[in-house]
Amino acid sequence: MHDIRKIDVQEGILDENDHIAEHVREHMSDHGVLIVNEMGAPGVGKTTTIKNIIKHLKKAKPYVIEGDIESDIDTQDLRGLGIETEQINTFGACHLDAPMIEHMTGHMKFDEPGIMFIENIGNLVCPAEFTIGEHVLMLISNVTEGSDKPYKYPLAFEKADIIILNKIDLIPYLDFDEEFWMKGVRALNKDVPVFRVSGKTGEGFEEIAQWLEQKAAELEVKEHSHDHDHDLHGHHHDHHHGSDHHHHHE
Amino acid sequence: MHEYPITEHIVEIAENKCREAGASKVLAVNLVVGDYSGFVPESIHMYFDLIAEGTLCDGAEINITRVKPKIKCPACGELFERKPLSFACPKCGTDGEPTEIGKEFYIDSIECE
Repeated sequence: MHDIRKIDVQEGILDENDHIAEHVREHMSDHGVLIVNEMGAPGVGKTTTIKNIIKHLKKAKPYVIEGDIESDIDTQDLRGLGIETEQINTFGACHLDAPMIEHMTGHMKFDEPGIMFIENIGNLVCPAEFTIGEHVLMLISNVTEGSDKPYKYPLAFEKADIIILNKIDLIPYLDFDEEFWMKGVRALNKDVPVFRVSGKTGEGFEEIAQWLEQKAAELEVKEHSHDHDHDLHGHHHDHHHGSDHHHHHE
Repeated sequence: MHEYPITEHIVEIAENKCREAGASKVLAVNLVVGDYSGFVPESIHMYFDLIAEGTLCDGAEINITRVKPKIKCPACGELFERKPLSFACPKCGTDGEPTEIGKEFYIDSIECE
């Protein structure tokens, strides 16, 4: 007769990801760089939103990491505008995770404080489940998606720190029920700031840039208010996980 | 879609706990998965047997306890499951607020020998 034992584990499957995310957040905070994790469905205007916000940044230096399953079209586009942009291709994986960002930020230079926009994979489901070390989770929704999205994808709306409603110039041509949309947003996320914008006309982005710069400024104040041993959070982390295989999730 | 790497991680955690306990084989992994965790139990099931092959979890059962999400009414305190396209409380009609119930995703325990 074998001895069968039950062992209590009580370990979250995502604990390791969360732990690495915390490291990334600390590392970037030390550089005075605010991380914005941008998520939204394909075609919602994620890259356009980043471009429009960056235009209105007064003080913060912009950095961008583009997440895509394949291709570097958006990265080339942003580099063409003189924006420091790095590409992560997941080759099939539906979201970015913290080890990918840790690996990438470990190779980037942050010579000035600023704001790093990380454009997640176009998907309203999976990116909401994996924190990547962001200070701000920015959700882009748009009027062509239909007004029922908060009800159908509650986690994304619940977790967002800021929600942007894009393509408002199209409202006259659609049956978008903004009141119903907003009721869903408020049920899930009582106090989240909501900004209405149009990537086409450029309206509304200046306010978002201001809001983010304010967040970035708060980060600097916080970081300067206590001492940090910079070496602890430098580029030479000694983690028990490898960081090379993470780009190739199946 | 992302259940494959996640299931690899589940096997890895179970193997580590088994070794730590000085046991030689995992017989069962007891997992708790909330419906709002975003992870599909059926897919984890499917991948588990495949990934467990040749590991300490080879042949182990994976038991998944599912948790239905509940939201909480801020007015009357009722905990309830929401209806599609609505957050309304069945008792008083106020829109409920999110809770952590239904977001679980953890290994509760393993059984080893």
